[in-house]
Amino acid sequence: MDIKVALVGNPNTGKSTLFNRLTGLNQKIGNFPGITVDKKTGFSRLDSHKEAEIIDLPGTYSLYPKSKDESIVFQVLADKKNSSHPDVIVLVTDSSNLKRNMLLYSQVADLGIPMVLALNMVDVAAKQGIEVNVDRLAEKLGIQVVSISARNNIGIDQLKQAIANTNKIATQNLEVDVNFLAPAAINAIKRHINADNDYYALQVLHQHEHLTFFSDQQQEEIEEIEQSHGFESAKVQAAETIARYKHLSTILSDVVVDKGTAKKFSFSDKLDGILTHKIWGFAIFLLILFIIFNAIFAWSSYPMDLIESTFGWLTALGHEHLPAGMLTDLLLDGVIAGLGGIFVFIPQIAILFAFISILEDTGYMARVTFMMDKIMSKVGLNGKSVVPMIGGLACAVPSIMAARNIENWKDRMITIMVTPLISCSARLPVYILIISLIVPQETVFGIFSKQGLALMIMYLVGVVAAVAVAWVMKVIIKTKERSYFIMELPIYRMPRWKNVLFTMYEKSKTFVFEAGKVIIAISIILWVMASFGPGNRFEKIDQKYATALADTTQNTTHIETLVATEKLENSYVGILGHFIEPAIRPLGYDWKIGIGLITSFAAREAFVGTMATIYSVDGGDEDSATIRERMAASVNNKTGLPVYTFATGISLMLFYAFAMQCMSTVAIVYRETKGWKWPVIQLVYMTAMAYVAALVAYQLLR
Amino acid sequence: MKLSHLKVGETGTIVAFTDLDLSVKLMEMGCLPGEVVEVERFAPLGDPMAIRVAGYQLCLRKSEADVIIIQ
Repeated sequence: MDIKVALVGNPNTGKSTLFNRLTGLNQKIGNFPGITVDKKTGFSRLDSHKEAEIIDLPGTYSLYPKSKDESIVFQVLADKKNSSHPDVIVLVTDSSNLKRNMLLYSQVADLGIPMVLALNMVDVAAKQGIEVNVDRLAEKLGIQVVSISARNNIGIDQLKQAIANTNKIATQNLEVDVNFLAPAAINAIKRHINADNDYYALQVLHQHEHLTFFSDQQQEEIEEIEQSHGFESAKVQAAETIARYKHLSTILSDVVVDKGTAKKFSFSDKLDGILTHKIWGFAIFLLILFIIFNAIFAWSSYPMDLIESTFGWLTALGHEHLPAGMLTDLLLDGVIAGLGGIFVFIPQIAILFAFISILEDTGYMARVTFMMDKIMSKVGLNGKSVVPMIGGLACAVPSIMAARNIENWKDRMITIMVTPLISCSARLPVYILIISLIVPQETVFGIFSKQGLALMIMYLVGVVAAVAVAWVMKVIIKTKERSYFIMELPIYRMPRWKNVLFTMYEKSKTFVFEAGKVIIAISIILWVMASFGPGNRFEKIDQKYATALADTTQNTTHIETLVATEKLENSYVGILGHFIEPAIRPLGYDWKIGIGLITSFAAREAFVGTMATIYSVDGGDEDSATIRERMAASVNNKTGLPVYTFATGISLMLFYAFAMQCMSTVAIVYRETKGWKWPVIQLVYMTAMAYVAALVAYQLLR
Repeated sequence: MKLSHLKVGETGTIVAFTDLDLSVKLMEMGCLPGEVVEVERFAPLGDPMAIRVAGYQLCLRKSEADVIIIQ
């Protein structure tokens, strides 16, 4: 690796597409502002001697950050010791909208790092009748300027050559001498931190609070300089922006020729007229949501079944061929089962992100945001929260990953916090089992099935809860960051199918590797708790049934099931179930349901399987009719009354609607918020809410 | 007159801002004094709005458009 190159540019300029062209390493791309979140790096061979490391920095409109992602840009460019600090900056611009794009150029240029200017989307600009005189621009700026089209692979070799030819010393002309804005403060900072660049010093005055490479003492001293010179950040920034645009006007005046302004947006305008129409806009949006929901719900069931049966087959195969023992059980029932629990999410994640990637690429997502912002902002969410919330109907895990598109920190946190309240597909088996127990198979007005209505109500309960909690969090969470909705509406374009495929792959991979670790760990803990009991309880159970099992003339399947049931009751999980019984009795549950609640933490649908084991149903959870019969017949051994009354059923469904019983979600929230604070808050508030709701429901209906 | 008071299809020239912090964000996005803006459409529920400025489409909430004084 000979030189480090950073790609810097506005959102929607095709920066990520260029990154892919240069490195061949694909990554997530969108038409949506601020899509590049993680730091992406790759390598590119410039010519026969030189190789470059390419760093894709988050898209930003200026060096003054509006979000955490954007603040990375100045951080990397300012800190010479930063491992990503570039030798050369490639500033990528959208040629069809050069003036606004050049503001960032103007700021970055004044930092004095060697630069190349890449005028991207020359073909789009040409179609719109915009011509840029590249040579004259290069002459005026004092650097190499290359016109390219990253999407259509035009000019990439010339750009590589230009990067290879770039001088080690910056050649660009100074854009704006910022010293006049605050001479005394800038000079004081320059002396203090031993810098020679005026603009660097000015930026330090503005945003030193966000820069991590100054020591606490330095921070205090910089703050003191700022105070003593009466430095007014917003005012100075406004003056700087005006000065820069003024300068850009003179530079661009005889460089950009625009021939046909009138008809360039006609296609996008017509499409907008339909897609954001009062009636059609919402109708089309609902239709698209329905297709997405249906896809995640229905299309994913086939691959999910396949994954489940493959892992089931692997486990069975292992039990057949590996020597029986604790280690084998740990491997098969702990690790393999855990892995199965992770892989089963892949189809849903891949499908949701395929749709998101298409909607972003085409520019439609920005319109959804535009349409929904008013409703969503009322409850503390953002127009961009719509997609995670809808995705939550299928699965909270990919949806929480999708919340990354929300730039505003508070809006994003609230979205992540409430998405798991939307009833996901894992709750469906639980709802169906309980509804079939407590709601008769009758119809209302001859057409509506009561059970169907009950199911719909459960979904509505989830949505209402999410909205209510979002509103409460809007009031509670304090932030200095103001909620903005100043956003570019990009023009409509065709999706890039290769990127759609790559997004599916990349998101699935991220989930498997990042959330997978936590899921495996919890699976193993749950397995240990369900497979071992204190003292010699398990041995006693084995002894008790030893003779019956040894009788080869009889079918021993039922005996084995009885052994499993008794072992589960005497395992640590079973003991825990008994232990929490006093706490859950007010909700109408017995210790058996308690065990179900605990094992549900692996995944909610585990409730059905656990109930099958507890009620000693032969053949596992396949036979849900049998489980239903046994559950319906079960009576409380203290009161002699049936356990599954209407009150208990409602209470249990409300518990499942609100409780955070999903370790995959906990794991993904941990990953997305980079800490345990938010997942713990979420776990606590959701469990508390579930408990209270179930308690109130049971006590009222009893 | 405020930008938020314009109707669809009407244009105006930006003359000033009434909020310093917001003005900085808006200017970065190309909403400079002297620039001509055209109201393209309002969202179906009346807010936010989309405007044409500096050769592209920008959307912003009405409360944000309120700080832009136009002629």
